[in-house]
Order: sequence, then C-alpha cells, then structure tokens
Amino acid sequence: MTRTDTRVGPATARPTLDRARPFWTGRRRDQLTGYLFIAPQLLGSALFVILPLILVVWYSLHEWNVLAGTFTFVGADNYAALADDANLGAVLRATGLFSVGLVVFNLALALLLAVLLNQKLRGTIVFRTLFFSPVVVSLVAWTIVWGFLLQDNGGINGLLDTIGVDGPNWLRGETTAMLSVIVVQVFKNVGLNMVLFLAALQGVPGELYEAAEVDGASRMRQFWRITVPLISPTILLTSIITVVGSLQVFAQIAVLTQGGPGTSTTVLVYYLYQQAFQFHHFGYGATLSIVLFGIVLALTVLQWQMRKRWVFHES
Amino acid sequence: MKRGKGIRAVATALTGVLALSACGGGKAEDAGPASLRVTVWSANEAHLKLFNEIADEYRQSHSTVASITFDPLPFETYTTALTTQIAGGNAPDLAWVFENSAPDFVASGALLPLDDTLKKVDGYQYDDLSPATLNLWQHDGKLYAYPFSTSPFGVFVNTDLLKQAGQKTPAELISAGQWTWDAALAAAGAAQAATGKAGLVIRDFDYKGWDNLSTFWTGWGAQAWSEDGKTCGFASPEMVEAMTALHKAIFTAKALPGPGTTVDFFAGEAAMTISQISRASLLEDGGFGWDLVPLPAGPKGPYSVVGQAGIGVLKQSPHADVAADFLAFLTNPTNSAKLAQFFPPPRQSQLTAETLAKTNPKLTPEQLQTVVIDGITNGVVKPSHAGQAEISQQVRAGLDPLWKADADVKTVLDGVCAKIQPLLAK
Repeated sequence: MTRTDTRVGPATARPTLDRARPFWTGRRRDQLTGYLFIAPQLLGSALFVILPLILVVWYSLHEWNVLAGTFTFVGADNYAALADDANLGAVLRATGLFSVGLVVFNLALALLLAVLLNQKLRGTIVFRTLFFSPVVVSLVAWTIVWGFLLQDNGGINGLLDTIGVDGPNWLRGETTAMLSVIVVQVFKNVGLNMVLFLAALQGVPGELYEAAEVDGASRMRQFWRITVPLISPTILLTSIITVVGSLQVFAQIAVLTQGGPGTSTTVLVYYLYQQAFQFHHFGYGATLSIVLFGIVLALTVLQWQMRKRWVFHES
Repeated sequence: MKRGKGIRAVATALTGVLALSACGGGKAEDAGPASLRVTVWSANEAHLKLFNEIADEYRQSHSTVASITFDPLPFETYTTALTTQIAGGNAPDLAWVFENSAPDFVASGALLPLDDTLKKVDGYQYDDLSPATLNLWQHDGKLYAYPFSTSPFGVFVNTDLLKQAGQKTPAELISAGQWTWDAALAAAGAAQAATGKAGLVIRDFDYKGWDNLSTFWTGWGAQAWSEDGKTCGFASPEMVEAMTALHKAIFTAKALPGPGTTVDFFAGEAAMTISQISRASLLEDGGFGWDLVPLPAGPKGPYSVVGQAGIGVLKQSPHADVAADFLAFLTNPTNSAKLAQFFPPPRQSQLTAETLAKTNPKLTPEQLQTVVIDGITNGVVKPSHAGQAEISQQVRAGLDPLWKADADVKTVLDGVCAKIQPLLAK
C-alpha cells in the first residue's frame, strides 16, 4: 500500500521499481530450482497416479463394451450393481481371510526371525541372507515353482510321502488352497519385514535390558515391556505395508488357483481383473477398484489413528 | 505411501490400459506402407514357419505391405490378452478367434465383414466353403471371420504303453467293433495300474477348461446348454450319467489323472489323450509308437466333436482393407491346402483323404478319413455362447466340488445350473 501511495503515476514509477527489484530475485531462482527438481516426480505422479485415479472414477460411471467400442454413461448403476452381485460377499470374505492370515503369519514370523537373528551367534549373517533372498526373486517365477511343489504329485507331497504322511491336494481343497496362497506370499516377503524388525531391534539400547535384568525381569517380560514398545513404530510401519500389500495380491492367485476352487481364493483384485479383462465389464471393474480404494484408505486411516494408543513415541 | 498405495498400483494397472485406449482408440486410416500384425495362439515353430512363408510370398507381390508379423499369445489367456490389446488401442490387424468367444466377437461389430472381399478375389472359390463350418462366424447374413481351422477331436494313443500293459490297442478294438468308452476307460485304467503312468488325459481340461469335457459327454447325448442357448443342460439325466461315468473313471478306476496332476501325453507320460490333430506336430520322430483314432462310442453311439477357430480382421486396424486382402490370400485354395497339414480347412474339395494326405505325412489316409473328414462332416462344435467368459467362470467354480472322491454328482450339477441359468437367460 505504501508503495502505491508514493507513486506519482504508473508510467513514471514502474521503471524505477523494476530497476530496484529485478524479477529473478534469489528467492524466485531458489523456488524455480526447487520446482524443477520435483517436476519429474510431479509429472510422473500426475500422469500415472492422479490421472488414472480420476479416470477410474469416470469409467465407473460408464458401461464400456470394448469389443463393440461403446461407452455409455450409466450414472450410479455400477454402484447399485454391487448390492446385487451374488459373488461379492464371498469375494470380500476371501479378501479378508487372506489379509488377516497374511498379516498375522507374516508379522509373527518376521518378528520371530528378527529376534533369533539378533543374537550374537555364528552364522546369523548367512541365515539373514537366506531369509531375505526370496524378496529379490521374481514374484511370478517364485509362484510358478511353488505351483509345481504344491501339486498333488509335487515335491511337498513327495517329501511327506517319505515320512509316511499322505499329503492333501493343496491347491484343490478350499481351505488348503487359501492356506497355500498365504504361505507362498509369507515366505516371499517375510525377509523384508524381518530386516526392518532387525534394524529396529538393534536400535534398542542395551542398558535398558541390563537395568531390567538387575530388577529381576524375566526374558519374556523384557520382550513385552522393553522390546515391543521400543520397536512399535516399526510394527506400525510393517503392519501398514503388509495390510496394503495383502490387498494387492494378484499374481499368486492368477498363477496358483485362478480364484478357485469355487471362489475360495477369489480376492478383490483378482475379481476386478476378471470383471474388467475377462468378462469385459470395464465399468463394473472400475467400480470394484473404487471399493478397493475405499477399503485400503479406511484401513490405513484406522491404523494411523490408533497409533497414539500403542506406538511408543506417538503418545 | 500410506494413503492408498494399494489402489495406486491397481488403478494404474487398470486405467493405464484404459487411458491408452482413450488416446489411441478408434480407426485411423493410414496411407503409408502397411505393417500387419496377426495374433495367433500357436508359438509352434512349424506353424509359424508356414505362416511366414505364405506372408513372404504375399509381400513379394504387394509392395505396399512393409511387413506381416504373426504374434503368438499364450493359449490359456489368449482371448483376455487380445481384448486387452483392443481396449488399449493396440488391436492387431487380424486376430485368431476361438469358438468359445466367437459369438461375442461376431456380434460385437469389432470385426470387418469379409464376404465381399473374399468373393471378388479371382480363383477364391467362395462357394467351396462348407456352409456348416461358416455358421458360427456369421451374423445377420454376413461372414465376420474365416473358419480357419475346423479341427475334430480324436484320441492319440501311445501304443507302446498299451502293449506294455498287455492291453488291446484301440485299432484292434475298432476292428472288433468294441471301441467304446467302457473299453477305452478300462484300457486306460489297466495301463495306469500296470505302468504307473497316466491312463487317459483330456488335453487342456486340467480340471478348469471344462468345455473340453464336451468330447466326453457328447457320447451320452449331453449338452452344456440347449440349442438356443437359453436353458442349462448340466442337470439333464444324460449329463448326470456322463459325469457319473467320468467321476468313477477318475476316482475309482484311476483311468484319468486326478486333479492337481500335470501329465503330458506327448512326453510319453500317458497311454491316451483326447486332442485335435493340430497337436500331431508335437509328436517327435523316433519317439514312442502312436496311433490316432476317432473318439470312442458312447451309450448313444459314435459321435465326433470339433473345435473351431476363425481369423477375422479388426475394424480398428488402420489397414483393415489390406488385412482383409491378405486374409483372402492366406486362405485361397492353394494356401488352404498347405495349411491343411495343421488346420483342417473348410473347403469341401480339400476334405478328401487323398488331398489331406499330401500335406499330412504323419497321418495315414485311414486316420484322415475316420478322424478328420468324418469328424468335420458329423461333428458337434464345442460349447459356445455370448458372454461365455463369465458363464465359463461360473461353470468352472460350480464344477470344482465334483473333483473330489466323495462328490454327489447330481447335487453338484444342479448347483452349476443354479449358477449359470440367470446368465443364459439374459
């Protein structure tokens, strides 16, 4: 305001001001440099995350017949169809079962392995490498090999046979098929969570255990009262990663069971793939992906909100 | 990461394709030299060699065609991959279409009508095409795909394995007038018991591709659905009888390998397999002794089942007219005779044992007559229906409880009809 008031007239005042304050000030240069640095990431996110997200919402409002090349606006019809979908209940049950099974098995095993491999014993580095190596193996290759092992006449039943056990037909029974898919996925990724837990365990100060020992606390009590609270931020991180990952499972189902037997392993991502790419219901497939988005968002927000109650540095 | 990471991956996968289609869909005329791409199911070297030879010959006389590529897509996911390419605006110029997706493709308007192009080519002899082979590919009186392969199912036999098990060969059973399913399953069960190898494999069934079971149940007079496609046939008495026989053969007689077991006949792991003659190329010279015989007779007498595949031109193609012209060349009488060694042609003049023998060195004139020619003449086409992918998925899921030793066949089949009847009635 002061600057405007002192002007004699715009025509005479402006050159004086421009000379006094050049456009490319140091601050603007810094801002431009910053924007240029984040531009590739921003562009990538806009093209491959934001735009597809908007498009999914748009497609969910349409009936798109790929073969006929028709694209008809149907409003909320696809959302209304969710209520009439006789398979959706079974699909959500299978999704929930898979997620719970995966998260519980994965986190428990990862923590157990991390605690064991945190001991100062010979050979732990070899075991760490062994348990982590599946993480870097191609997911599809890993699953195909497991597919051979899990066949009725495959390696696992062959091994059981040598000790006189008649193994089940793993991928053909409803319970064993779901269990097999969970175990294959747990062994694939448990190494990642194990490494995260291991890093967290090594950050727990040793003097806390020494003090607890002096106070007469048992090993189990030390674990629950010292270790678990101090690594709780890592437990939060791994549980979020694992829950989100469990809802994305696709390749294992596609390779091992194709959603069967029956619909026992048809999880939501595989179901939306079937609807969109096999049955050509692209609009309904997009609607199912919105449902998936809602579930992931809700679970993540829930975990984030609950962190204050049990994560050590958050309360 | 924490907010919606899951949906990002899924949404990117799903809509990346869809977004591409928004950018790349629709037909765009292209005046430059045409590069044609043909999607096919087979990656077999012998098949592709012959395709490429014909394509090279065509290019020599058509300078406007820069290249013709045959693009093999995996058999199991062929139709899904093809429709994904179409959705992504990356449709091939020509595409192989299986009989189970024929109604969807033919009625959708995705394919170019071919009658006019084929009829105007000199020496094409359009009227030589057997009308029975064209039915599946016509809509409103127009032909939308050329019935490239009308391939009857037969039984390939590992005669070495059957002899080793002390069993009569199918050829001997045929001579004695005893080539029935009862005899075939008994021989298969005995071969399994004696050699430890599998008895009979229904190829590509694998307890998922149920439409291949039509090669079995047709012998009992059963059908997946009625002729008009409106009524489910799985709960019919004929189907219950057929599936009961199959269930006993699998779980009691062990004549067929059970679920979750991978067996390859062509690697010498089974005594018999039901397959199409295009698979004869998998038989290696100097391997086991083999024979090819017609399907055994069922309780309703002798029968045949044919699998069909057509090749159509995608309307989306910027070179659709050139593609149609190439298809006319690929299927003219001369090339049709060459292709007959793998893909039985729809041309009546070429459906003689003498003609087929020239290009089928592995098959005897008798095999060609009894399996191929008689099969095409009298065969029932494998099940096909509009929206078959969805129906097929429901049937697969519905049949899963059948593949257990203690299954109640009638209850399971009633359940299949409960699942698919609403879809059939649409």
